[in-house]
Amino acid sequence: MAEEQEKVAEAEAEDVSAAAEADQEALPQEAQEASGESAPEAEQAEAVQTEQRERPNKMRMVDAINWAMIDEMRADEDVFLMGEEVAGGSGGTYGASRGMLEEFGERRIRNTPISEMVIGGAAVGAAMNGLKPIAEYMTANFAMLGMDAIVNHAAKIYSMFGGQFNVPVTYRMAATWSQNSATHSQTIEGWFAHVPGLKVVYPGTPKDAYGMLRAAIQDPDPVIFYESINLYYNRRLAEEIPADMAPIPLDRNVVKREGSDVTILTYGRMLSVCLGAAAKLEKEGISAEVVDMRVLRPLDLEPALASFKKTYRAVVATDDWRSVGMGAELAASLYEHGFDYLDAPIERVAQKEVPTPYNRTLELSAFPDEEDVINAVKKVIR
Amino acid sequence: MIEIERVGMDEVVAGSHVNHEAVGLTREDVLELFRLMVLTRRLDERSEQVQRQGKTAFYISGRGQEATQIGCAYAMEPGKDWFLPYYRDFGIMLAVGATPRDLALALFAKKDDPASGARQMPAHFGHRDYNVFTSSSPVSTQIPQAAGIAYASKLRGEDAVCYVAFGEGGSSKGDFHEGLNFAAIWKSPVIFLCQNNRYAISVGQEKQMAVEDVASRAIGYGMPGVVVDGQDVLAVYKVTKEAVDRARRGEGPTLIEAKTYRIVPHSSDDDDRLYRTREEVDTYRTSQDPIVRLRTYILENELATDEELDHIDKEALAHVDEALDWAEQQPDPVAEEAALYVFAEA
Repeated sequence: MAEEQEKVAEAEAEDVSAAAEADQEALPQEAQEASGESAPEAEQAEAVQTEQRERPNKMRMVDAINWAMIDEMRADEDVFLMGEEVAGGSGGTYGASRGMLEEFGERRIRNTPISEMVIGGAAVGAAMNGLKPIAEYMTANFAMLGMDAIVNHAAKIYSMFGGQFNVPVTYRMAATWSQNSATHSQTIEGWFAHVPGLKVVYPGTPKDAYGMLRAAIQDPDPVIFYESINLYYNRRLAEEIPADMAPIPLDRNVVKREGSDVTILTYGRMLSVCLGAAAKLEKEGISAEVVDMRVLRPLDLEPALASFKKTYRAVVATDDWRSVGMGAELAASLYEHGFDYLDAPIERVAQKEVPTPYNRTLELSAFPDEEDVINAVKKVIR
Repeated sequence: MIEIERVGMDEVVAGSHVNHEAVGLTREDVLELFRLMVLTRRLDERSEQVQRQGKTAFYISGRGQEATQIGCAYAMEPGKDWFLPYYRDFGIMLAVGATPRDLALALFAKKDDPASGARQMPAHFGHRDYNVFTSSSPVSTQIPQAAGIAYASKLRGEDAVCYVAFGEGGSSKGDFHEGLNFAAIWKSPVIFLCQNNRYAISVGQEKQMAVEDVASRAIGYGMPGVVVDGQDVLAVYKVTKEAVDRARRGEGPTLIEAKTYRIVPHSSDDDDRLYRTREEVDTYRTSQDPIVRLRTYILENELATDEELDHIDKEALAHVDEALDWAEQQPDPVAEEAALYVFAEA
C-alpha cells in the first residue's frame, strides 16, 4: 500500500495537469503504513474513541470523502462501510476511511477478504435488508470482478422485483493513473453509465465530492461514486466545507466557469485540467465555458445544452477512451439535441486507444492534458 | 480434525431415518409436510404441461427435490427469516406461504405477478410479503447476497436467519467460495443449502468436482458441514433445525448438502435421455421418490391411511388446477409499463 501511496504522491508531483502544481506534500504518515490485522468478531468491536476527531478547515478531495462518510454515519445508524483495507491502520488504502474504525467500531467499518464478488453481492443483500452500505472497491479496476453483482443485481433488482425492493447501496471506486499500468489505470465510468438502474457520478472538486457522496449514501438507488486518486491529495483544490452543508442532488450538472466562445463538457479529474486550459485560453482572448458533467447517469444535459446554444461550439474532454466511451455519449447527445446550433464539428479529447502503459513518458502521452484541450478548442473556433 | 456430519447416509431405507416425535414434530406436522410436498409436485407437473401446450414460454422444474426443500423451509420461520431460493425452489415458495395462484401469475407473466409484475422469468422467485428475494439467471450469485442480508440482520441485533439455495453445479462458482468465506468470517446467520441433484444440466457430479461431498468444503471455511439424505423430509428438517438454532444463537452459518435427484430434464429446453439412463431415473421415480418415502413412513407409523393421503393429494391437484385456470385469465401488463421501476423514486 505504501508503495501505491508513494506512486500517487509522485504522480501528483509530476502530473502535468493542474494537479501537478499542487503542493508536493508527503502523504499522511498513517496513510503510508500498511494496514494491520483485525479481529473477526463483530462482537468485540465497539467504538473505542471518546473524542471526535477535529474537522480540517480546508478539505482535500480525500478529506471530503472521509468526512462525508463520517457525517452520514453519525447521522444514520443504517450506514456502514465495507471493503478491502477500509479498517486498516492507515484508514484504507488511500486514507479515505481515516479515523472511522476508531469512531464507529468494527461492526460498521468492516474489512472484507480480497473478494470483489462478495463485496458487490453482500452490499446488495445488506441494502435489500434495510441498511445503507458503502462498498468500497480499492480501484475501479477491481470493480470489474464485482460486475455481476453491480450490473446484474444492484441495477436490476428494483425492476425485476416490480418495484418491491430497492437497493440503496453506494459503490465507491477510485480511478487513478500514476504508473500503475494497464490493468490498474482504467476509467470505466462509461461502462456503468451504460446500465439503466444505476446512478453514476464523478465529482471533480472536494465540495462536490462531499455533497454528492452524502446524497449518494442516502439515495434509494444504487450509486456508482467514482473518485480520482489523482485528485485526492491536491491541496490547491482544498476548500472549506461546513458540516451543515446540504447534500448536492444527484440530478444536476453545473457550469463551473462562464464563457462565451466555446463550451467544454468534462468531469472528474479532467475538470481541473479543463479549468486550467480555460484560464490559459482567456489570456489568448478565447472565452471558454466549462460545464461540469459530474452526473453521468441519469444524464443532465441541460446546462451543457444551454451553454452550447450560446457558444455554438463544443469540446468534450474525458479521461476514458474515445471509442464508445462517455465522451461519445456526451457528443452524441449534443448533436441530437443541439444540431441546429452547431457551428463546427464537436471535438473530443480522450485517452489514446491503448492499454495504459507503465513508463511515465508513455503514460503521460496516453492521457489528455491542458494542451490537448487547448488545441481542441482552437480547432472548433477556427 | 473437523469432520462433517452425515445424517441418513449409511443405508438406503424405504421410509425415514428419523422419527418425527424425536425431532419435535406432531402427526399434524407430518401430514402438513406431506400436503406441501404433493402440492409442490402437482404444481410442478401442471406447470410443465401448460408450457408444453404453448401457453407459457419457459419452464424449469424441481421435481424430485421436494423433501429437501420442504424439510428445510419447515425448520425456518416464514415472515421473520429471509429466503434466497434458486430456480428449482417451488417447494420453498409454497412452504413459506406463497400460494399456487402467486406462482401461476409468474408462470403466465401476468400484470399482477407478485414476484416482479411480469419482469422476471418464471422460477426466479421473489415475494416481498415472505422475505423472498428475486435472483438472476447466472447461478449462485445469490450466495454473496445472502451473506450480506444475514450480516444486516446481525448488525441490527435481530435473530433472523437467511436461507440460500444452490445446486452442486452452483458450488463450482467463485460466488460460492467468496460468499461462504465471507459469512464464516463475519459469523453471518446463513443456512447454505446445496441441493445436490447430481447433474449440472447434463454434467454429472464426477465431472464437476473431485470430492464426494460438497459439504466437505465447509471444513475449509471453518463452518459446520452436514450431508443429509435429501429424499428424507424428516432428516432434512432435523439437520436444518439444528443449523437454524446455531445461527440464531450467533454461532454463524452452516453448509448443508442434501443428496437428492431431479427426475425430469433440466428445463423445457433439455432432453435428459442424452446423458443418463432411464434405469437411474426410475429409482428416484419409485422407491426413492421423496413423496413415496414419506407416504411409506406415514403408513408404517399409522399416522394416516392410504385413502386419507390420496384425499390430500387430490385436493392439492384441485388447488393447483384452480390456480392455473384463474391465473391464465388475469390481465397482461400493458406496453407502457415497461418503463416503470428503473429508479426507486420513479
